[in-house]
Amino acid sequence: MRKPRFNLFETRRAFLGQASMGLGSAALASLLKPSLLGVQPGIGGFPNGQGRVKRIIFLCMAGGPAHLELLDHKPELAKRHGEPMPESFTKGQQIAQLQGKELRILGPRHPFRHYGESGQHMTSLLPHIGSIADDICIVRSMQTEQINHDTAHTFMNSGFRLAGRPSMGSWLLYGLGSESEDLPGFVVLTSEGGSQSQPIAARQWNSGFLPSIYQGVKFNSTGDPVNYVRNPRGVSREMQGELIDAVSELNAVQQGWTRDPEIATRIAQYELAFRMQMSVPDLVDFSDEPQHVLDMYGTQRVDGTFAANCLLARRMAERGVRFIHLYHRGWDHHNEIKTLLPKSCGYVDQGTAALVKDLKQRGLFEDTLIVWCGEFGRTPMSQGTDPDLMGRDHHIKGFSMWMAGGGIKGGHSYGATDELGYNAVENVVHVHDLHATILHLFGIDHTKLTYRFQGRDFRLTDVHGKVVTGILA
Amino acid sequence: MIAPVRIGSDMRNLAVALVATFLAVATASAAERIEFNRDIRPILSENCFACHGPDRNARQAGLRLDRREEAISRGVIQPGNASSSRLVARVRQANPALAMPPLAADKKLTDRQKDLLAAWIDQGAEYQEHWAYIKPERPDAPAGPAGIDHLVGARLDQRGLRPVGEADRRTLARRVSFDLTGLPPRPDQVESFVRNRRPDAWEDLVDSLLDSPHYGERMAVHWLDLVRYADTVGYHGDVPVNIYPFRDYVVRSFNENKPFDVMTREQLAGDLLPERGPWQVVASGYNRLSRMTNEGGSQAKEYLAKYAADRVRNVSTVWLGSTLGCAECHDHKFDPFLARDFYSMGAFFADIEEKGVFGGNADWGSRIRVLDGAAEAEMAEIESSLERLRGPDRQDLPRDRQTLDALAAYLREDLLSWRALGPDKAWTDCGHPDFDQCGQFGLEKEGEGLVKVILSGDKRPRESIHRVEFPLEEGRLTAFALELYPSGDFADFYLSEFEVRLLGRETWPVRLSLTGLLPDREEPGSMLRDTLDGNYHTGWKGSWEEDEARTAVFVLESPLRTSPGERLQVSLIAHARQLHGLPSRFRILATDSAFPELPATGELRRAILSRELLSDGQSAALDAAYERIVGGNASWREIRALERRRKVLRDGAHETLVAKSVEEPRAMRILPRGNWMDDSGDPVEPQVPEFLGKLPTEGRRLNRLDLAAWVTHPDNPLTARVFANRLWRMFFGTGLSKVLDDLGSQGELPDHQELLDWLAAEFVESGWDIRHLVRTMLLSETYRRSSEPSDELLAADPYNRLHGRQTMARIDAEFVRDNALAVSGLLNRKMGGPSAKPYQPPGYYKELNFPKRVYEPDLNANQFRRGLYTHWQRQYLHPALLAFDAPAREECAADRTVSNTPLQSLVMLNDPSYVEAARVFAARILREGGGSDRKRIDFAFREAFTRLPLPREREIALGLLERQREGFGTEPARAAQLLATGISAVPHDVRTVELAAWTSLARALFNKHEFLMRY
Repeated sequence: MRKPRFNLFETRRAFLGQASMGLGSAALASLLKPSLLGVQPGIGGFPNGQGRVKRIIFLCMAGGPAHLELLDHKPELAKRHGEPMPESFTKGQQIAQLQGKELRILGPRHPFRHYGESGQHMTSLLPHIGSIADDICIVRSMQTEQINHDTAHTFMNSGFRLAGRPSMGSWLLYGLGSESEDLPGFVVLTSEGGSQSQPIAARQWNSGFLPSIYQGVKFNSTGDPVNYVRNPRGVSREMQGELIDAVSELNAVQQGWTRDPEIATRIAQYELAFRMQMSVPDLVDFSDEPQHVLDMYGTQRVDGTFAANCLLARRMAERGVRFIHLYHRGWDHHNEIKTLLPKSCGYVDQGTAALVKDLKQRGLFEDTLIVWCGEFGRTPMSQGTDPDLMGRDHHIKGFSMWMAGGGIKGGHSYGATDELGYNAVENVVHVHDLHATILHLFGIDHTKLTYRFQGRDFRLTDVHGKVVTGILA
Repeated sequence: MIAPVRIGSDMRNLAVALVATFLAVATASAAERIEFNRDIRPILSENCFACHGPDRNARQAGLRLDRREEAISRGVIQPGNASSSRLVARVRQANPALAMPPLAADKKLTDRQKDLLAAWIDQGAEYQEHWAYIKPERPDAPAGPAGIDHLVGARLDQRGLRPVGEADRRTLARRVSFDLTGLPPRPDQVESFVRNRRPDAWEDLVDSLLDSPHYGERMAVHWLDLVRYADTVGYHGDVPVNIYPFRDYVVRSFNENKPFDVMTREQLAGDLLPERGPWQVVASGYNRLSRMTNEGGSQAKEYLAKYAADRVRNVSTVWLGSTLGCAECHDHKFDPFLARDFYSMGAFFADIEEKGVFGGNADWGSRIRVLDGAAEAEMAEIESSLERLRGPDRQDLPRDRQTLDALAAYLREDLLSWRALGPDKAWTDCGHPDFDQCGQFGLEKEGEGLVKVILSGDKRPRESIHRVEFPLEEGRLTAFALELYPSGDFADFYLSEFEVRLLGRETWPVRLSLTGLLPDREEPGSMLRDTLDGNYHTGWKGSWEEDEARTAVFVLESPLRTSPGERLQVSLIAHARQLHGLPSRFRILATDSAFPELPATGELRRAILSRELLSDGQSAALDAAYERIVGGNASWREIRALERRRKVLRDGAHETLVAKSVEEPRAMRILPRGNWMDDSGDPVEPQVPEFLGKLPTEGRRLNRLDLAAWVTHPDNPLTARVFANRLWRMFFGTGLSKVLDDLGSQGELPDHQELLDWLAAEFVESGWDIRHLVRTMLLSETYRRSSEPSDELLAADPYNRLHGRQTMARIDAEFVRDNALAVSGLLNRKMGGPSAKPYQPPGYYKELNFPKRVYEPDLNANQFRRGLYTHWQRQYLHPALLAFDAPAREECAADRTVSNTPLQSLVMLNDPSYVEAARVFAARILREGGGSDRKRIDFAFREAFTRLPLPREREIALGLLERQREGFGTEPARAAQLLATGISAVPHDVRTVELAAWTSLARALFNKHEFLMRY
């Protein structure tokens, strides 16, 4: 093998130091600390409080999991199965596919049981998650404002129904910066299975009006893990390295005759790009994982399954990725909740539990926040008339989720819906409150993390949001 | 400072900037009288108006400080007497419980600001109306470009700063070329400008670029961001929608230098113009660019409210530079817009025909079909020829045997030229993710080119992709015919798409372009042309009668020469909503006839081929054909030719969404807190924001024409400023008021309001002449200055707000790739038409659904179209465009951020578009660059950067070249792999290793920072 002329990480820096004599001190400083510019820097000043966690793994159960089958047991539904839904609940309320249909109560299609020492009450369909019941805090009083998938995801991610606001991951990076020197600080992974797969727009990880360096980067489960991360065909790592070296040298020459301040940044970004090209293949290569770990997750390789994504999430957590967002597109059970829901659960159950256990055994659980949540829940009313094929429609007035990790009270549940599971009535947690709480756990006062756009100081929680102290340890 | 545009530099320059800004304020206020708009309004707006401003619901203590008389009547301000004004007392209050702004507001006044407030009250507390709401007055300055230099110079003088000198000519040529066309200058253009010492050399160059058709393309990019033009609907399945003729209208309008008031009128209300041509109706497609949904379970009323709000946000940002969108839920907090204004503005658009939830994936409401320029002219000629030929009356033509024989002979000749193609391969393809039912049947070859379709499952599929392949011989083809034979049990059929590919000529399957279309029958709503639109939710459907086959002819755009070894692949794609019959058999025929007729089937076929006595049925069939083809006219051959051509043109016409006004506009009412379910608010009629005046209604309902007239009325204080400010941003790097989408009180007071007002006045007085305004800016000395700052300017004006120099700017996303394509010589300069699909990482659309999608890049010359024509998928914008900050166009984007990220590096390094452009550039370097490495490197630099390399740069380039030669020399297989990137041909007369090494050099130049910059 030929020896590359430049050692990419040491020699070049020395060389650039020489080549850039006569530069302004600002540019020079940036050369000496390329990581500061190359990686996503935060604005400074945050955290502005006591932080409990450094990173978040957000497991989005996209489509809207049926809370009344999974996390919120309502015996009353079973008792009144088939009866008309009382109008006192539904009159004047938003409704999706059941518009103009007869509204009848649907009893739970699957049994519940108690798990763990805490006796958390959950579906029998999620036994693995049941095995971490004492680590999680179930919230049964969620509310959101948007009843269709697209806008509901937008609301869940950015706190606003319209496109154009930054998503939570971008806000976090903007506030805290990234801790990774060779991976993006906000990563998205997707998987599917269990119901029709509703689309997910790239807007969901967009940085909105924040600078685009804070944009989420989606990893692909097939093809190149990150778009354009692979060298052109036929180009070896060494040859690509030589080329990048030459580019940086040429850029450094240019610094001798122009005061363009972006050149220094550009040089740093090429270094980071090259580091990404080297680190991403390592990240997605599971060969250094012992078999028992692979078995625990129920995966063998990066294959786009939720289980593999969970293991990837742990590997990213170890490498300093700040916001790891997994979407499992498979919870839109308008029908066949009886047969399809177990499938969806089967896709995510083992991987989710393995992730929590794995984080614990590696000491990462205490400073990681794990959120398991859909963009909304599903109605107490049935959709469809055939008892075997019945499902539930979208529902926003009350649904469930759970959280675990640093600062979260494990083995606990919080909030409640009414006897039919329609309205959140006790300790209501709005999406804005969830956002405020997430930021709080990172040590950020959600009212202080702002960005001025179109003359207004915007924030993730808009003008709302309160920290849900009842779930904090 | 609002929204840092350049991240890196902002951070580094922040400290310098803060000092500079502070000095600026201090100097200004000490020397001059305090001005409300400049000095006081920003303080009040930032700290007080949220609770003591226009929003009546948020107002505290009933006090508003945005109106002088109210503040005075409450005794809060006593003009001339700061010490007894409560405002001063409260802001200076030491007790935090009583101080203003209150603790909870999290706002704090500096001592300087408090002193300013006090001094202003002492000076008489004069208010000024917000600057942007007062009609601009033309400041005293010389006419023409000198006016700009005069005003800019005066500001610099005032600050004691000297501007830098003019940039060198190469830099200028490159700058103006990117600014006006989004493309690099042609090297000969640069050389002639460098040599041209005549005083009007610059003017000539500017004018020649303004005359380039690429000028319209460049200007369109910005306008399309504003009006959020895209090729998909945005919500939910984000399915494609045809509205690209609107994009072409925009390009065309800039190139024709259509006055801005006319452009405005046509876009807002082209469909309402009393005398309107098709392109004015196309322009009204502006009203259809908002996002739309077809998601099941969406509530129509909710989405109608969303669409209405979308339009208000857009029209107010685009034309008024105002954030009227903030008044959806409450009166505006900072500007005098009321919630009522928001809904009254929305009412202007309540007449537009639309649905809250659209029906399918193909029907997005009112649309027209429109011919492009050349076709439009040809069509006019055809129509007049037809009129002439047909004459006034139907002629009585003989229907004797002899005449029918003549017709039969004419048809026979054509019929005999058709050959059935015999497939050697036929199969059903299940590769497409949305065709999961198609495994249930198979294909079997029979004689005479017939392919039999066999159902193997009991469930009848609605989806199928049948593919057949044919070996080719030496020859020429002009058209294909498809015959579908009846299924026996179903009476009707459905064909979504018909695709023909040529295999074996290039390394990729070449999709053949089909235009002329001749079905035996078709009906509106399911035309044969729908099989060529790339959307499998539309198609040709029909039914069989008796046992005759249905036939369709597809004419090639240009005749195809074929050779042995080449193959044709034909795909029949069906994706039906309802069950349809499948053909029991199908067959593909081909002809070389220059003027193909439909290959007749059944009785007619027999009649044509028969030279004997005809049976009754055959006679009747021939007679019917006579009636259809001859139609009672002696010149029938000529007429037939013209009608055929007309059909081809009509089928090639472009479908586009347009606005259509309904008789009864939707009722609009104020939605309390923006809640679409709350019907308790007052109904509203169309009207402009109250504080900007009131349009007389004279007893009729105002419409979009009235709105357009108001927007571009010379007295409108906003429109001309908004446009001029954005134009300034385009050519000078930063807006005179930096916030391009908000000239309201939370925007930025223009750094140089006199200049902005002068430009606005110039714009209006010129008759809204865009090119005049552009030209005026570009002919100024200010524009031609070097972008290299002096030490003095860098320290005193780090953000170049005084324009003592030009601004260094990164070129826009689209132009980055255009630049590589242009330098390599690959660029396809074709304008307009359906959007193009450059290479894109496979699986990028994986998260899209309803339907699932496979992105098929254009494997033909369309691959190399300009970035502006790239398929704009709102939810998944092409990742290379996204990396360089192109907006998704879900909402209005008045300004693009300019980032500098590792993802950009990855695009430039590894996106096959750039690798291919590099290898094609490399071939050019070898062919045209001279005989030595040195000469070639000089050539490459000149092409890529409009300049020669410095000695050190040449050295680096040579070094890289040497090492890459060595690398590829050791492993030549790598060179071949690299050169296989992309679809363009690899020259055979160059050594592979050599070409690969130069490809690396070309890649290095494309990746050099300078390549992305215009200095």
